[in-house]
Amino acid sequence: MTLAYYPGCSMHGTSREYEESLLAVAAALELGLTEIADWSCCGASSAHAADHLLGVALPARNLALAEAQGADEVLAPCAACYNRLSGAVHAVAEEPGMAAKVPEVLGRAFANSVRVLSIVELLQGLAPVIEERVAARLEPNPLEHLNIAAYWGCLLVRPAAITGFDDAERPTGMDDVISACSANPVSWNMAVECCGGAFSVSRTSSVLRLSRAIIEDARHCGADAILAACPLCHANLDFRQSAMSLRGEPPMPVLYITQLVGLALGLPMAALGFERHFVDTQPLFARLAREAEKAAAAAAERDAAKAARAAAKAGAS
Amino acid sequence: MGAEMALPPHDIMRLTIANDRERLFNDDSLWLCLTCETCSARCPNDVDPARVIDALRELAAGEGAEHAPRNIRAFHESFLEQIRSTGRLSEVGLIMQYKLRSGALLQDVAVAPAMLRRGKLPLRPQRIAGVGEVKALMAACERERGARAAPAAGGAAAPGAGATGGHHNGEDAR
Amino acid sequence: MSRIGVFICHCGENIARTVDCGAVAEALREHPGVVVAEDYKYMCSDPGQQLIKKAIADNDLTGVVVCACSPHMHEKTFRRAAAQAGLNPFVVEMANIREHCSWIHDDRGEATAKAIDTARTIVEKVKHNKPLQTIRIPVTKRALVIGGGIAGIQAALDIADGGHEVVLVEKEASIGGHMSQLSETFPTLDCSQCILTPRMVEAYQHPRIKLYTWSEVEKVDGYIGNFSVTIRRKARSVDEDLCNGCGDCQAACPSRRIDSEFDAGLSRRPAIYTPFPQAVPNMPVLDREHCTLFKGRRKGLAKDACGKCKETCLKGAIDYDGQDTFVTEEIGAIVVATGFQLYDIGREQPAGLKGYGEYGYGEVPDVIDGLQFERLASASGPTGGEMLRPSDGAEPKTVVFVKCVGSRDPEKGMSYCSKICCMYTAKHTMLYKHKVHDGRAVVFYMDIRAAGKGYDEFSRRAIEEDGAEYIRGRVSRIFRDGDKVKVWGYDTLSHRQVVVDADMVVLATAVRPQPGIGELAQKLSVSYDQDGFLNEAHPKLRPVETNTAGVYLAGACQAPRDIPESVAMAGATAAKVLGLFSADELERDPSVALVDERTCIGCFNCEHVCPYGAIEHRDVCDMEGHVCGHVAYVNPGVCQGCGTCVAVCPSKSVELAGFTDDQVYAEINALAGW
Repeated sequence: MTLAYYPGCSMHGTSREYEESLLAVAAALELGLTEIADWSCCGASSAHAADHLLGVALPARNLALAEAQGADEVLAPCAACYNRLSGAVHAVAEEPGMAAKVPEVLGRAFANSVRVLSIVELLQGLAPVIEERVAARLEPNPLEHLNIAAYWGCLLVRPAAITGFDDAERPTGMDDVISACSANPVSWNMAVECCGGAFSVSRTSSVLRLSRAIIEDARHCGADAILAACPLCHANLDFRQSAMSLRGEPPMPVLYITQLVGLALGLPMAALGFERHFVDTQPLFARLAREAEKAAAAAAERDAAKAARAAAKAGAS
Repeated sequence: MGAEMALPPHDIMRLTIANDRERLFNDDSLWLCLTCETCSARCPNDVDPARVIDALRELAAGEGAEHAPRNIRAFHESFLEQIRSTGRLSEVGLIMQYKLRSGALLQDVAVAPAMLRRGKLPLRPQRIAGVGEVKALMAACERERGARAAPAAGGAAAPGAGATGGHHNGEDAR
Repeated sequence: MSRIGVFICHCGENIARTVDCGAVAEALREHPGVVVAEDYKYMCSDPGQQLIKKAIADNDLTGVVVCACSPHMHEKTFRRAAAQAGLNPFVVEMANIREHCSWIHDDRGEATAKAIDTARTIVEKVKHNKPLQTIRIPVTKRALVIGGGIAGIQAALDIADGGHEVVLVEKEASIGGHMSQLSETFPTLDCSQCILTPRMVEAYQHPRIKLYTWSEVEKVDGYIGNFSVTIRRKARSVDEDLCNGCGDCQAACPSRRIDSEFDAGLSRRPAIYTPFPQAVPNMPVLDREHCTLFKGRRKGLAKDACGKCKETCLKGAIDYDGQDTFVTEEIGAIVVATGFQLYDIGREQPAGLKGYGEYGYGEVPDVIDGLQFERLASASGPTGGEMLRPSDGAEPKTVVFVKCVGSRDPEKGMSYCSKICCMYTAKHTMLYKHKVHDGRAVVFYMDIRAAGKGYDEFSRRAIEEDGAEYIRGRVSRIFRDGDKVKVWGYDTLSHRQVVVDADMVVLATAVRPQPGIGELAQKLSVSYDQDGFLNEAHPKLRPVETNTAGVYLAGACQAPRDIPESVAMAGATAAKVLGLFSADELERDPSVALVDERTCIGCFNCEHVCPYGAIEHRDVCDMEGHVCGHVAYVNPGVCQGCGTCVAVCPSKSVELAGFTDDQVYAEINALAGW
């Protein structure tokens, strides 16, 4: 299966580990990703804040490129890019005059025939395959002891008219992926609350306030880690966590959804980019590994005791 | 962001309905909106305040750049400038331009080494082959914006001016 | 020879401003067959009608055309006037030169020409009108009331006290409806059951009320004055004649984990149960869906898995083998009083509605709705009237009340206001503060709608005397935070975000019609609106009737409504029913279809298309009395004159009186100017 792939500007920069883990997982699942040739920035929040047409045309260029390159589906793992690209599809289809104006402004033909896929939709669709692979692994699975809170942020679920693939208030798609990896999705309250997004640089205080609330709730609800599917959310929760003055609480690791899937599939840690995080993930994984070993040992003891009892019974009769 | 806005979305809507440009455009609140789309998702009457706020920002920018708070304006301008020059965003370029525009020279300086160590700050910008196309489409959008504003703003400085690269402390808060 | 009189009404300025009525009269005077044509300012007024009557007498008219408003407005008026003058009312027709002419055109010349054409067309029709006799049908003087809540009970009592028999059908095991679940009622804070139960008992004991509980309407045949209603009496598993209401069976039942519907899910009941201690009739039903014995039988078990209730019953009243039975009642008028249900904020919703994900989809413990709060406050409720919250039985010290949950929310699918919530929320704050003196009651509202008598004073009392904190603003999120329920709201009047750590949250959820209302409406041929509420015949002037003759509406099935209004409406329907029953015969419009049996070929296309089931089969016999064929016959009592049969008859054997082919072709020819 080949899919057109729109990385977006962060993938080679601040969310490099997202792309690393994505490509590793794609390879492991025999999923061909073809990067759109000569793609350009989707405009993120700066374009649509300045000018509605620009906010549609910039992403539309990439859709037009994908079309020209023969794709009918594009994967956009960055939530902002996903939202902008889907928004462009929607605007060109629904807003009067857009279908004519956009090709004109682009200087390119554009038939609006490409469907935009988010990382969650993709992985949710692959969940049965992931589950199978997880079940097939023989070693004890440390992920079984991981309680993780699925953090969606804003742009994957809103506006519902554009994204629409899951419930906008209490979506479950990421939980399905977490369960497929045999980890435990935590029930918590801030899954779709904004982390402060684009104010990461220009108004960091707001980001600290908003993201702190997210991390505190995740902790309150028993999460060991937070799962993210957006480079900016990850940056706000991970990169900026040290500035949040979390009252001496232990740091909360933030994983990318593709990193979790990678772990579940048994890919080596080095391939998944954990060393690039600001909040160290190693203590968490070490603890999980210990718990997995303990559980395995306990299970082995129980099996041995059972066997012994059965043997005793057989011997007695 | 409602907690930080003097005019949260419902007040923005009320002032819009009342046509109070004065209060709307002289307040930071429009610019504090993150387009998190929560207001639009919750509105019982499906009014789409997020979209209204976007439109108000466009209108405000058309009237003069001084409305937007310096940092936020600096960020958006730097972002779009990056795209215009290379077609993609170089985060390093963005940060550098932002610091110059906003005067926040020391911001995040402490973490830069950490970012570099983690390979998260590619120093070379990626320039795409189609950068001319991107420039052209951004210019086309500006012309459209100008055409829309022109009938209303007879005497205001032509928004088309200063459309090409460089720093502009002029009208558009792009 | 036709002698037609044409009367043109000015309707004040409504017609005369655009149509030259004098010119119309003059033109019509020249028309063949017209012997008199006059115009007047207000034809429907007394002098106007006198004018027509005089013209009828003076000119020995054979037909009358009144050019004025729509026949929907005044056809009856002019037909009555003509009848008083001795002319058969069915040779009187109206030409609509108002809604169809003066109200929609501006050009005086063109409008006048059109009015003249219209008038001429109707004159040509009337030349073919035949005098018709009003159809008289007998009236069965028994009423059916569907629904045994306060509206149904009141309607039944009023009709029965008026001297006629009433059949009262209730789908639950007891009558009483939602009012029996309430703790105290606004604005008097009367104990709800104390004022309701005397009515319930009166209905039960009334010699003219026949009560069927645990029953539903299965089928409705017939028409006004002559309905035949089949009622399904669901298998109670308890013999009503033998049971003495002792309650031993309920105590013996081993299934005790079934959610109690009466307690709105806050407590459990056994499989054999009476819904509440004051139930009328005070005898239990066996819930076969949850009963262990019946579950076993459905699985095909050879031996019955339980039988405790039967073993315990000293009267031998338990019968596991009973089936639903059907009883048919002859009825003259039907009152629908099925009441309401509350909107549920859960994920699963019927088509067109959305749940409240932002409030937790109903999965957050201690977030309850209004009926559940009533049960907590009620002395006969799951907590004995103590204010204890569902999750851990602790006394909540901070309770947040959220109004307009679902109501006034087009995005969720319900644009309307549910009317009663502002009042019952004020009441709830008072009930809460009366029980928890140091408690904090916070209400988030958009408006306070307290329009009834004593209502505004009541809501002010909640704020001024009982200390309820009213905050104007909506709640954006409700979620669990430890052992508190976090409520994120806003105060628009003081411009600040408000966060409350509540112990319990009460949502004032929207009032909706009962589930299954669509099916019932279909059975009754009654229409309903996009929210499911049944439609009244006219929102201003006919609020308790429907467009189906003989079917009336009382209470919340028509729109959200409080108790005094429901009682008033029930009285109004009783008045209509008693009016209907006051004559022995009912007069019906004779514009019904008539089959010519000589040409009917017995294909029964008409029967297939008749929406009212008015077609019957008639045998055609030869001289020896042997049946040699079948023809169609239209029951004039059922036929509503829609004309569909006329359209599909291949042998042109059926015609609609008052709209025969001759009449219609005459109109068409006149219009075409042939």
